[in-house]
Amino acid sequence: MKIANKKVTAERLVKDALAKAKHFEDYNIFTYLNEEGALKKAREIDARIAKGEEVGRLAGVPYALKDNFLSPEGETTAAAHILEGFTSPITATAVKKLEDEGAIMIGRVNMDAFAHGSSTENSYFGPTLNSHDKKRVSGGSSGGSAVAVALDIVEFATGTDTGGSIRQPASFNGVYGLKPTYGCISRYGVVAMASSTDCIGFFTKTPEDMDLLMSIASGKDTKDLTTLDDYYNNSKATKAQKVGIIKDFDNDSVDKEIRRALKHKCELLKSKGYEIVELEMPALKYALAAYYIIVPAEVTSNLSRYDGVRYGFRSDDSVNLDELYSHTRDEGFMPENKRRIMIGNFVLSSGFYDAYFLKAAKARTLIVEEYAKAFSKCNFILTPVAPNPAFKLGEKVNDPVAMYLEDVMSVPLNLAGVPGLTIPAGKTDAGLPIGLQLVGPRRSDKSLIEFSKELAE
Amino acid sequence: MKYVSTIGIECHVQLKTKTKLFSEVDNDARGKEPNSCVSPVDYALPGMLPRLNGEAIRMAILAGRAMNCEINPESRFDRKHYFYPDSPKGYQITQFYQPIIGAGYVELPSGTKVRIEHAHLEGDAGKLTHFDSYSLVDLNRVDTPLIEIVSMPDIHSAKDAHDYCKELWRLMRFANVTYGDLYNGNMRFDVNISLAPEDSQELGTRAEVKNLNSFRSVERAVEYEIKRQTKLLEAGKKVVQETRGWSDDTGETTGQRSKEEAKDYRYMPEPDLPPVRLSTEFIEAESAKLPLMPADYRQKFKDVIADEILEILLDYPELASKLGEIDQKYVKNIANLFTSVLLAEEKSAEYLNTLPTANDLNELAEMNSKKELSSTATKEVFLRLFDPQMKGHGTRQIAKELGVIQENDLGALEKIVNTVLAKPETQKAQSDFKAGEEKVIGFLVGQVMKESHGKANPSAVQEILRKKLS
Repeated sequence: MKIANKKVTAERLVKDALAKAKHFEDYNIFTYLNEEGALKKAREIDARIAKGEEVGRLAGVPYALKDNFLSPEGETTAAAHILEGFTSPITATAVKKLEDEGAIMIGRVNMDAFAHGSSTENSYFGPTLNSHDKKRVSGGSSGGSAVAVALDIVEFATGTDTGGSIRQPASFNGVYGLKPTYGCISRYGVVAMASSTDCIGFFTKTPEDMDLLMSIASGKDTKDLTTLDDYYNNSKATKAQKVGIIKDFDNDSVDKEIRRALKHKCELLKSKGYEIVELEMPALKYALAAYYIIVPAEVTSNLSRYDGVRYGFRSDDSVNLDELYSHTRDEGFMPENKRRIMIGNFVLSSGFYDAYFLKAAKARTLIVEEYAKAFSKCNFILTPVAPNPAFKLGEKVNDPVAMYLEDVMSVPLNLAGVPGLTIPAGKTDAGLPIGLQLVGPRRSDKSLIEFSKELAE
Repeated sequence: MKYVSTIGIECHVQLKTKTKLFSEVDNDARGKEPNSCVSPVDYALPGMLPRLNGEAIRMAILAGRAMNCEINPESRFDRKHYFYPDSPKGYQITQFYQPIIGAGYVELPSGTKVRIEHAHLEGDAGKLTHFDSYSLVDLNRVDTPLIEIVSMPDIHSAKDAHDYCKELWRLMRFANVTYGDLYNGNMRFDVNISLAPEDSQELGTRAEVKNLNSFRSVERAVEYEIKRQTKLLEAGKKVVQETRGWSDDTGETTGQRSKEEAKDYRYMPEPDLPPVRLSTEFIEAESAKLPLMPADYRQKFKDVIADEILEILLDYPELASKLGEIDQKYVKNIANLFTSVLLAEEKSAEYLNTLPTANDLNELAEMNSKKELSSTATKEVFLRLFDPQMKGHGTRQIAKELGVIQENDLGALEKIVNTVLAKPETQKAQSDFKAGEEKVIGFLVGQVMKESHGKANPSAVQEILRKKLS
């Protein structure tokens, strides 16, 4: 990525990024453009460069911030009506780490409200359009982030991945997207979707950029007790020999061209001397069902704080407390938010907890074990990210089950906490990007990024 | 028919940790502005995550050990969901499935044992003040650490209910985990009461009286409920399972709307907090820090201090602990000074913060036993020992400054007696005494006391006088 120095000023980089952002306005990428703030920071960095001061590894690098990261710049709304008007007094740990290295946020980007969705059509601000075909979805929930990087507006963008929200839009737009190991990057200051599966990650144009961002953002945070020790910078990329492919994912429900792309990459690996291992992972068939029980339960819980009492949107026409709650939440949440709130409340209800939540938690344990078994047979697993390339706007938004099926190959990783990296793998005949997903054991993030270079062409 | 009452009690204890249970903000909101002790975590801003206060874990261990409870090596937190403005997160973080404190028991002064089912850690809720058309929310109390102590239904009388609550209060104060200020809600009691025929194997339907904040109201509420339920049962009616509120003014419980009972808290494991795992070594090391408990003091002082006096002292951990340092032979004397002099003082609560050293108290008792101080002088010097300005002066020094040390030197006393007997104004009394008028001895002792400026030991003086005049 381009980093500001004595020849290329931060101001130049930021102005270019802002100009591109405006040029691509019709894609509906940004929910807030940080013109003044970004330029001010750029000039400060340039002044420091002129004085010969140390300015950090991301000096003057323009980036896009998914709208669910808290920072005092612009309103943090998670693209949800109910957070309208909320300006955060807090800066998320991940944002702070990036900015301490000189990165400059040029704008907040669009997403499915509260990250519920796989197309960015559930945004209060309307959908973000696909970078390669404006009639198609950008993917989601981090659609704005993926398109901002794919259209080369910014060098990188932040994302969150609860069930595929980084990897799927990355594949729909032909960029790299990493969901790290659970607990690798602090969740402090990021609007929670599902605490036990939420991961902070990035969209980049190269594996090298991904490695740099990971080395900056990862690490233990006393404000997030679920963060792991600082393993990323202490780990070395291990040499891979065997790559697994999952037999069950190779069927007619997956798009022909995606299967062809996967075969092609396998041939490439073989030609480089790697062994391809066929894996059977039967427990993964429970992943989608378990995911759509555990995640809505946590979603219900995490969305309970949005009640119109302390911040954000509050409905006007309420005569008592019950109405204040029900009107605010009725008007403030999107239909998909409400759907998940209802599912979550159902599975947590007394009498149903054992039958649903507890059973799903057990299935989750089986999935964790399934991955451990698989990684005893291979170093990494290569699979499709989603069953299809970017679909048309409106095609699935009214069919929740079809939309949830989008996640069938991405959610198992979140349940197991293992890292997954979307790599660009060519295009369909119609010119739509295809992405494949490289999966590794927990804490193998660095090796995963390094190995992805072998798959580049 | 005769009915037996069965009572179970849940007690909430606010822990006096420095910071809140899940954030680093001040936990002591006494005398502070509303909403001034609130962190972004307590306020439930988006994206905020709970941290866990290690001091609360340590205090929970002490509280548990004070009740002879097992400490569970692994415990977890869960979310309990409900919507109300006193709960900014929309859920309370509690321990529903795996509490930190396991089974144990509390022994009442009467000897009755009440088993503890378990006790768990949780965050307190905020406070609402209601007005005609609006309500004010104060979040200072949000996520103050609480332990909720759940008893087994081992209590069968209003008196035992009272004594159990009071003993819990003592245990928590002796363990030094709470301020124990009942008036300000540091401890709150929910009492379950049911009645069953004497020969019945099963418990009756229970009513729960919530949010009682004094031992007396616990006792009165139980008495009232026993009467109310007996009346219902004797009339062939049924007791409704419900939550009832208590009014100190009317002395009655009243049913609260049953809407609350339909509540489903949708418990869920707290995904933001990893399980709390405590090593055996850690639990033992922390448990070892538990000071002596009321039961230990009862054992220690049972032959020295009268039961009534000891039970009074056990309301004051500071006094019990101080007595523990006192020379065994002076314990009784000092205990009496504590109960009859110190606690009778109007400002006794303040005095508790400036207790004299054991050395000073031992010396005081010694001087008293050697008759260097009269009982009046002893009380006077005793109270002076609490005066912060007198700190470090030492008992003898203070007694000297007050001029109250009695003259016990018989030689010196005899000289004074001789002086007095030589005075013309005492001649008549001397001859009256010799003539058998016993009571004039008082006048003569008084004259000697006056001559000695009050320092003579009056009983020694009387002895010398009697010898001389016989």
